[in-house]
Amino acid sequence: MANFSTNEFKAGLKIMLDGEPCNILENEYVKPGKGQAFNRVKIRKLISGKVLEKTFRSGESVEGADVMDTELAYLYTDGEFYHFMNNETFEQIAADEKAVGENIKWLAENDVCTITLWNGSPITVTPPNFVELEITETDPGLKGDTAGTGGKPATLSTGAVVRVPLFIQTGEVIKVDTRTGEYVSRAQK
Amino acid sequence: MSKPAWHPTASLQALKARAELYQQIRQFFASRNVLEVDTPTLSHGTVTDVHLDAFSCEFNHSSSGKPETLYLQTSPEFALKRLLSAYKTCIYQLGKAYRHEGQGRWHNPEFTMLEWYRVGFDHHTLMQEVSDLFKAVLDVPDTETLSYQQVFLQYLSLDPLTAKTAEIAAVFNRCNIDLSDDYPIDRDGMLQLLFSYEIEPKIGQQMPCFIYGYPASQAALAQLNEQDPRTADRFEVYYKGAELANGFHELQNAEEQRKRFEQDNRLRNTFRLPSKPIDEHFLAALESGLPACAGVALGVDRLLMIKLDAQHIEDVLAFPVARA
Repeated sequence: MANFSTNEFKAGLKIMLDGEPCNILENEYVKPGKGQAFNRVKIRKLISGKVLEKTFRSGESVEGADVMDTELAYLYTDGEFYHFMNNETFEQIAADEKAVGENIKWLAENDVCTITLWNGSPITVTPPNFVELEITETDPGLKGDTAGTGGKPATLSTGAVVRVPLFIQTGEVIKVDTRTGEYVSRAQK
Repeated sequence: MSKPAWHPTASLQALKARAELYQQIRQFFASRNVLEVDTPTLSHGTVTDVHLDAFSCEFNHSSSGKPETLYLQTSPEFALKRLLSAYKTCIYQLGKAYRHEGQGRWHNPEFTMLEWYRVGFDHHTLMQEVSDLFKAVLDVPDTETLSYQQVFLQYLSLDPLTAKTAEIAAVFNRCNIDLSDDYPIDRDGMLQLLFSYEIEPKIGQQMPCFIYGYPASQAALAQLNEQDPRTADRFEVYYKGAELANGFHELQNAEEQRKRFEQDNRLRNTFRLPSKPIDEHFLAALESGLPACAGVALGVDRLLMIKLDAQHIEDVLAFPVARA
C-alpha cells in the first residue's frame, strides 16, 4: 500500500495507525508564524471504532490502509460466521462475530449492509440506516392510550429490544433506526 | 462550489473588498506620515528561522558569471531594515511574501503581507497603532492586551518562564496532545503546541487579543526586555482563530543578531534541516546603525477573511496555489 504525506491528508483518507486501519475524519493544517508546522487530525479507528485526535509533523509520511466498502446482502449465519453475498457477482464473504459486533441484532435476511474490507477481510458490518423487523413479543398495550407516553419494550425477530408506543402489538412489523436503536413507525406494507 | 479549475475562487465582491482594504491601509499610513516602499521579493539573502522555509530558485544571468541562488522573501523584514538603517524614517510595505509550506484554511504559500516600522516606538506604542488600524478597517470597538505568562497561568496554571521542561511535559500529557512518533519536540515546541491547542481557541474571540512578552528563546528579531530579560519584546495578535500579526521592539545589536542566526543554524541541524546562509547585507546595515524602532508584519489575506467572515483563505484569493 502506498504512503501518504500529510500534504495529502483529507477527510475520508484511510491510513494505518498503531497497526490498525483508520479513517481521517478531519484534517487541519496548523503553522504558527514562528513555530513548527503540524497537522491536527481527527481519526476513527476502523476496528475498535475509537475516535481520537493525533498530531503529525507536517511533511511526515504514513502508510495507507487498503480499506474499501462494499454493499452486500445478508444471507444467514452458521453460528460462527455471518455470510453475505454480492447481489451482482453472487460472490460470498463470511464475516466473524467480531466484525459484526453489536449490529448482530439488526441483521435481517436479504438486507443490504455495508461491509468494510481491510486487506480483503471484513472488519465492520454496518446495517442499513433503517430496517423493518417483526415484533415477536410485547405486552398488550393499555386500551385508549394513544398518546404513546413512555411506550413499552418490544422484542424483535432478531432479538433486538426497542421501545415502541403502547398501541403496537406482537406480530406487527416496525421500522427501526439502527443508528439510534429507536422505533420510527409501523412498516409501510 | 465546485467551479471549473480555470475559475477564480474569490467572488467579485471579495476582490472589491480587497481593493477597498488596500485603499484604507494606504490612507491610514498616509495620514500618519509613514512612507510606502517597495523592496525585492527575490533576494540573495534569506531567513535562518528553524520553522521558516523559503522558496529558492537559480539565477543564471548574474553579472558574476556564475549561477546564483535567489530566495523568495518570507517577509520584507531584512530589506526594510536596510532602508531604515540608511534613511531612519518610518516605512511600510504592502506586498507579496512567500513561504514554502502547506496549505490550509489560513494558509497559502503565496500571500499578502503588510509590514511596517515606526522609528522611536517600542512594542507597546506599536501595539496601540495596530489596534488603531483594526479600528479603522475592521468593525471592532476595542482590543485587549495580555502577557504570554498571564494566559498560560490563566488557562493552564503553568508559568512558561519558570517551569521546568518536565513540568511543561506533564501539562502537555495532561492535555492529551497525542504526537505521532515522528514528531521531534523541544521545550518551545511544547509551549507552542499548548498555545495552539489550549489557549488560542479561548482568546481573541470577541475582540483582537494582543499577546506580548514571549520567552526569550522565542525572541526571533526582538530585543530582550530590559526589566525581565527572561522575556522578549515581541507580540502577536489573535482574532477569531487567526494569528494576524507578529511584532517586535527591534533588536539593534548586530553582534547579538549574528549569534541568534548562528544559534538558529545549530538548531536547524538538530532538526536535521540544512543550515541557511546568513544575510550579510542585513547584518552590515545593523552594524551601521538601525534606529531604535518597532515593527510588525500582518497577514492581509487573513484580515480580509475576518472582514468578510470568510471560512477559507481561498474565498479571498483570486487563485490559490492549486489553481495558480
